[in-house]
Amino acid sequence: MNSKHETTNVSDSNSITKQTDEAATTVIEMHDCSISFGGIHAVQNASLSLKKGEVVALLGHNGAGKSTFIKLLSGAYKRDTGVIKVRGEEATINNPRDAKSYGIETIYQTLALADNVDTAANLYLGRELRTVWGTLDDVAMEAKAREVMGRLNPRFQRFKEPVKALSGGQRQSVAIARAILFDAQILIMDEPTAALGPQETAQVGELIKQLKKDGISIFLISHDIEDVFELADSVAVMKNGQMVGTAPVSDVTRDDVLGMIILGKCPPGAVRGPGAIDTELA
Amino acid sequence: MSDSPPNSGTQDHAAQATESLPKRLLRATEVDTRMLGLIGALVMIWVCFHFLSDGRFLTPRNLWNLSVQTSSVAVMATGMVLIIVTRHIDLSVGSLLGFVAMIMGVTQTAFLPDVMGVGSDWIWVVTLLVGICLGAFIGGVHGFIIAYAGVPAFIVTLGGLLVWRGLAWWVTTGQTVSPMDPTFRLIGGGPYGSIGAFWSWMVAIAACVGIVFSIAIGRINRKRFNFPLRPMWAELTMAAIGCASVLGAVATANSYPWPRGIVKRYAEQNSITVPEGGLFIAHGIAIPVLIAVGVGIVMTFIATRTRFGRYVFAMGGNPEAAELAGINTRWVTMKIFILMGVLCAIAGAISTARLNASTNAQGTLDELLVIAAAVIGGTSLSGGIGTIVGAIIGALVMQSLQSGMVLLGVDAPFQAVVVGVVLVLAVWLDGLYRSRSV
Repeated sequence: MNSKHETTNVSDSNSITKQTDEAATTVIEMHDCSISFGGIHAVQNASLSLKKGEVVALLGHNGAGKSTFIKLLSGAYKRDTGVIKVRGEEATINNPRDAKSYGIETIYQTLALADNVDTAANLYLGRELRTVWGTLDDVAMEAKAREVMGRLNPRFQRFKEPVKALSGGQRQSVAIARAILFDAQILIMDEPTAALGPQETAQVGELIKQLKKDGISIFLISHDIEDVFELADSVAVMKNGQMVGTAPVSDVTRDDVLGMIILGKCPPGAVRGPGAIDTELA
Repeated sequence: MSDSPPNSGTQDHAAQATESLPKRLLRATEVDTRMLGLIGALVMIWVCFHFLSDGRFLTPRNLWNLSVQTSSVAVMATGMVLIIVTRHIDLSVGSLLGFVAMIMGVTQTAFLPDVMGVGSDWIWVVTLLVGICLGAFIGGVHGFIIAYAGVPAFIVTLGGLLVWRGLAWWVTTGQTVSPMDPTFRLIGGGPYGSIGAFWSWMVAIAACVGIVFSIAIGRINRKRFNFPLRPMWAELTMAAIGCASVLGAVATANSYPWPRGIVKRYAEQNSITVPEGGLFIAHGIAIPVLIAVGVGIVMTFIATRTRFGRYVFAMGGNPEAAELAGINTRWVTMKIFILMGVLCAIAGAISTARLNASTNAQGTLDELLVIAAAVIGGTSLSGGIGTIVGAIIGALVMQSLQSGMVLLGVDAPFQAVVVGVVLVLAVWLDGLYRSRSV
C-alpha cells in the first residue's frame, strides 16, 4: 500500500517514515471535490481527510453543502471533479455499491429505509443472506437482526412489522444497525440525532464513542455544537459549498466554530480552506 | 402479532382473555384481515348470483367455466402486481397479448408445418417458445425505455397499447388465424384439455402435502432460532383450511361431467360400452387453471423468496432507499417488464388455445381487467404493497361479476357499468381500510 510513497521519497529518510505513518492512519482523503447541479455549484473544491478511529464533525448552515459533499463519498452522487483516496489508494466511487465495497457505510438524514418491509429486510437490503438453494434466508436474517438490534435497543421486539410502524428512535436504530452490521470501517452519519429525544440522543452518543474505541472512523454531520465538542476529534466547517477550514476540537473554542459557520471566518488555530473569508479585508 | 413487545405483554394477555373466538383465531393465525375481506366479498358475490339466477351459479359446470375464464387474466395480474408495486403501470398487456397470440397463431398454422411437417408433435412446444421469447423481448424493450431512457411507464405502455395492436393487425392484415395445433389447443381447456378425476386427486394430494410441509418447515426453522411460534392449534387450523379448500375445489371440478356427445364419441373411439344411464367422465382440473395456479405459485415464490422480489417491494416502498442500498434499480425495473411480457405470452397462449383462433381483437381491454384484478386484490397504486394471491382472487372477483351478469342476462353495456362501479368502490373501501390500519 505504501510502496508508491517509499519509492518516490527514497532520497529523504525522514519523509519516508512520515509518509508511511500518515498512510497507515489516514483512511479517507478527499481532494478538491466538486459537484454542480445545473448552474449551481453545490460543492466547490472541498477537501477533507479522516484518520483511523477519528471522529470528524462537519458543520455548516442548511444548504452549506455538507450532505452533498458527504454523498460524494457515500456514492449517492457522482463527483464532477476531485480525487478520493481510501487507505492511501485512489478509489472509484460512482455509486453506493462502490462505496460499500470500500467499507464505507452511511446513515442518511432521511434514514433511507424501505418503509413497507420489516427490520431484517431493511438491515440486509441489497446484501440479503441466501440459503443453499439461492432463496432468501429470512430466518437467519431475522436472527442476526435480533442480535444486532438487541445490542443497540434491547427493548425492541417489533421484528415482524414494517418499519413505518416504528417510532422515530426505533427507525433510527434500524438505520444505525444497518450501517454497523457489515463491519464498516468508515461510517458517515448525517444528522443521526435530529429526529431523536434527549435520551435516545445520549444513546447514539454512547454508540459513537464505542465505535470510535473499536477503531471505526466517523464523519459526523451535526447541527448541535455541544454534541460536536463532546464527540468529535476535529471539526470541519462548510459555507456556500466551500470548506472554510478544519481544526482539532482542542484548538478552537465554540465561538471560533460559530464564527466559521456564520461569518466564514477562519480562526488562528484552524487550517484555512478556500471558503474562508478574510475579515480584515471584508 | 404473537410477538408483541414485552412492555405491553400484560395488557395483551388481558386483552386476549376477553377476545372473542374469531378475533383470537385471527391473531393467532396472523391472517391478513384485508385478504379475508376480499374472500368474503367473493363469497358474497357468488351467493348473491346463486340466488338471483335460481341456483345456476354455484354449480360444478359454472364454477369450472369460471375457473377457465379467469386463468388468462389471472396469469397477467400476477405480473401486474410487481409492476404496480414499483409504482409503474402497464397499459399494453392486452395489445401485447394480442400481438404475441397472433404471432403464435401464424407460427403454428403457417410457418412451422412447412418447416417441421404437418402434425408434428413439437409444433406446440416451438410455438410456446416463440411466444415466450417474443413476449420477453417486447417486455424488455418496454422496460429498457422506462428504466434507462426514463420515459414514464404510463407513456411507454400507452404507446405499446397502440403499437402492438396495430402490428397484430398488420401480421395478417386483420384476418383471423385458425385452427390451432391439436396439442396446443389443450392449453385452453375443454374436455380433452383437462386432466381428469384421477390426476386431479393426485394434484390435490400433492398440494395438501405441500401445504403441510411448508407450514412444518416454517415452524421448524423458527424453532431452531428460538423465535416466537404461532400456537400449535393455529397452525393446524391453517393447514386444515388450506387442505379443505384444495380438496373442495378438486371435488367440484371432478363432479362436472363431460358433455354426452363427447362421451359417446370417446366411448366409440376407445370401444367402451356405455352403461345404462350414461357414462360419467369427469373433467377434473382444466389445464389453463393448472397453468394459472402454477404461475401463481412461481410468482409468489419470486415475490417473497428471492432477492429480486425483495428488491421489487423495497423499490416500491422507497425508491431512493433502494438505490442508496446499492440495488441496481434500473435493471430490476427492466426485469419486471420482461417478466410481464412472458406472462402476457402465457396468457396469450391460453386465450388462443381456448378460442382455437388468433383474432385481431384478442385481448382488447384486458389491460383494464388485469389492472382492476391487481388493485381489487390489494395492490396499492402508491406502491410497495400487494400480493400475488390477492391479484388472482381479484381476477376471480372480476370474472365472477361478468359471468354472473351473463347468467342473469344483463346487457353487455350494463356489465361494463357494474364492473366500473365495483372497481372504484373497491379502491375507495381499500383506502378507508388502510387509513385506519397503519
